[in-house]
Amino acid sequence: MTVKKTLFEKLWEAHVVDSVNEKTDIIYIDRHFIHEVTSPVAFLGIENRGVGVFRPNQTVATPDHNVPTKDQHLPIQEALSRNQVETLTANCEKHGVSLYGLGHPFHGVVHIVGPELGLTLPGTTIVCGDSHTSTHGAFGSIAFGIGTSQVESVFATQCLLLAKPKTMKIEVNGTLDKGVTAKDIILYIISKISSSGGTGYFVEYTGSAITSLSMEERMTICNMSIEMGARGGMIAPDQTTFDYINGREFAPKGEKWEEAVAHWKTLKSDEGASFDKELVFDASDIAPMVTYGTNPGMGVGVDSNVPTLDQIDADTKPTFQKSLNYMGFEQGEKLIGKQVNWVFLGSCTNGRIEDLRQFAGFVKGKKKADNVNALLVPGSKQVEKQAKAEGIDKILAEAGFELREPGCSSCLAMNEDKVPAGEYCVSTSNRNFEGRQGPGARTILASPLTAAAVAVSGKIVDVRDMLD
Amino acid sequence: MDKFTTLVSRAIPLPIEDVDTDQIIPARFLKATKREGFGDNLFRDWRYNNDGSPKADFPLNDARFSGQILIGGKNFGSGSSREHAGWAIYDYGLRVVVSSFFADIFKGNCLNLGILPIQVSEEFLQTIFKAIEEDNETEFRVDLEAQEFEIVKTGEKVSFDIDPYKKNNLINGYDDIDYIRSISDKIEAYEKNATRFYV
Repeated sequence: MTVKKTLFEKLWEAHVVDSVNEKTDIIYIDRHFIHEVTSPVAFLGIENRGVGVFRPNQTVATPDHNVPTKDQHLPIQEALSRNQVETLTANCEKHGVSLYGLGHPFHGVVHIVGPELGLTLPGTTIVCGDSHTSTHGAFGSIAFGIGTSQVESVFATQCLLLAKPKTMKIEVNGTLDKGVTAKDIILYIISKISSSGGTGYFVEYTGSAITSLSMEERMTICNMSIEMGARGGMIAPDQTTFDYINGREFAPKGEKWEEAVAHWKTLKSDEGASFDKELVFDASDIAPMVTYGTNPGMGVGVDSNVPTLDQIDADTKPTFQKSLNYMGFEQGEKLIGKQVNWVFLGSCTNGRIEDLRQFAGFVKGKKKADNVNALLVPGSKQVEKQAKAEGIDKILAEAGFELREPGCSSCLAMNEDKVPAGEYCVSTSNRNFEGRQGPGARTILASPLTAAAVAVSGKIVDVRDMLD
Repeated sequence: MDKFTTLVSRAIPLPIEDVDTDQIIPARFLKATKREGFGDNLFRDWRYNNDGSPKADFPLNDARFSGQILIGGKNFGSGSSREHAGWAIYDYGLRVVVSSFFADIFKGNCLNLGILPIQVSEEFLQTIFKAIEEDNETEFRVDLEAQEFEIVKTGEKVSFDIDPYKKNNLINGYDDIDYIRSISDKIEAYEKNATRFYV
């Protein structure tokens, strides 16, 4: 009898170059994405060792974290950001790495660029010095974020020395209520298992509510795997995956495409393979989600109240209270009706064309609330171009919104796109940590659809009440 | 990487859960292209007021606490993969971080930098916090070879886990890259045999 294996185990084993001990392997990395923030010290590192980038053609760079989202044709104003972006350019030239810099038609947020160019492929190992590399797991790949020492390791050897994580299966079955989206699925799961419930695990998402999602929605799910502490999350590739990749810039072509699809069709967990942990959720239990605290596990259905102290474990009470103090919320308080002056649509979680379509579709014929400042940021130049081709920019303009240029923007506020201290921002990004969108800023994570409803209402609303 | 073998030191308590790397080093301080000076901004927004004056009640500013060991609450180092968090901790002068639970990427980064992450039970973590509360000058002994963490005064001792390969690296000051480069023939053999559709 053959041993039944999970997809993760199969792919891991297919990438072992050598084993160091029974827990730790040297894993071959197929694709390395880099950006301006976590690569410069790694480039210095290999230069100090006197070596170059071992496989530059498997490395792709794009500056995204601290680029401005206006006037990208002009030099970057902020000196430190400009220096970091220029350093990336110089390092890429020196080491023969492909770079999609500002203004390039392929420029954008690294986790949006990889999939849309067909660089992200099933069955591969993908890393980047960014925790949201888990996004690429949506294609049935092992994709995860790494530190700069590991970026240096991949530069120097195309390999990483890694302890093998445990496996977890998260199954979501059933049908979503109207107004409930992929973002709500993942915020719901994290709210149930906490921001550390996945630590030590690599997740595979399955079930009818997952397999019925589009590739972009699957990317939203896998993107936030790290927010439950998991190293990564993956979804087995299927026809939806192949249709998405087919014809993209760097996707295999012709005979190689046929061969690739035939191989990719074999990439799935064996029936009855055992995971170290298995969880099952019902999609019909999920409401549009919002967060009330300062980690992504602190989320509730928008029509629920903030939990009360007596619902919280004794050890966690001080941290919970600290979190509510920062957010300016009371325990047990109702969230609907809270005034919100800022809305952010964008990021590697929700900066794709379907997110823009959903936001624009909702605000079409409505007007932005007067109190709301909105930052709408496409995830890449290709997303921006597509949005304009579809007239989304005009729909947004008529409703009082402006479409900016691509970058990470207000997801982590390394550029100018900061939310002022004390202000609430309903954000389609991935983290509501203290100060994440600017010192003192208060982030409420939500879906693009909920963000659109808030943007026209000026307060927290249940988007289900506003749908036809 | 600097070697780590043993350490006897006082400790700085930070009894907060879910300390994410955005708190350890906020994103706006990640713009350097060299690894230097990050310690100044360690816990920046918890440590300083907007005008740059220190917040008196934050443990790093509290004269009662000092040492090369940081004791953090459960789920320490969650969120962003930024190794700058480890650089800031190291640059500040800390060599050991103790918690009842670490986020994966942060823990891996520490081991690659020469910082020893020590995971203890939640119960022992609370014992440590209590020991510091009762006597701010209480010392702790870390012995990597023996994989032991001890409250010196009481002799209460726990053992901790560490990957044997990483332990050897820390004791000798080795890093992964030298080792992986030494098996480059295996990497090239892998490349020849693997099924790859992107090349």
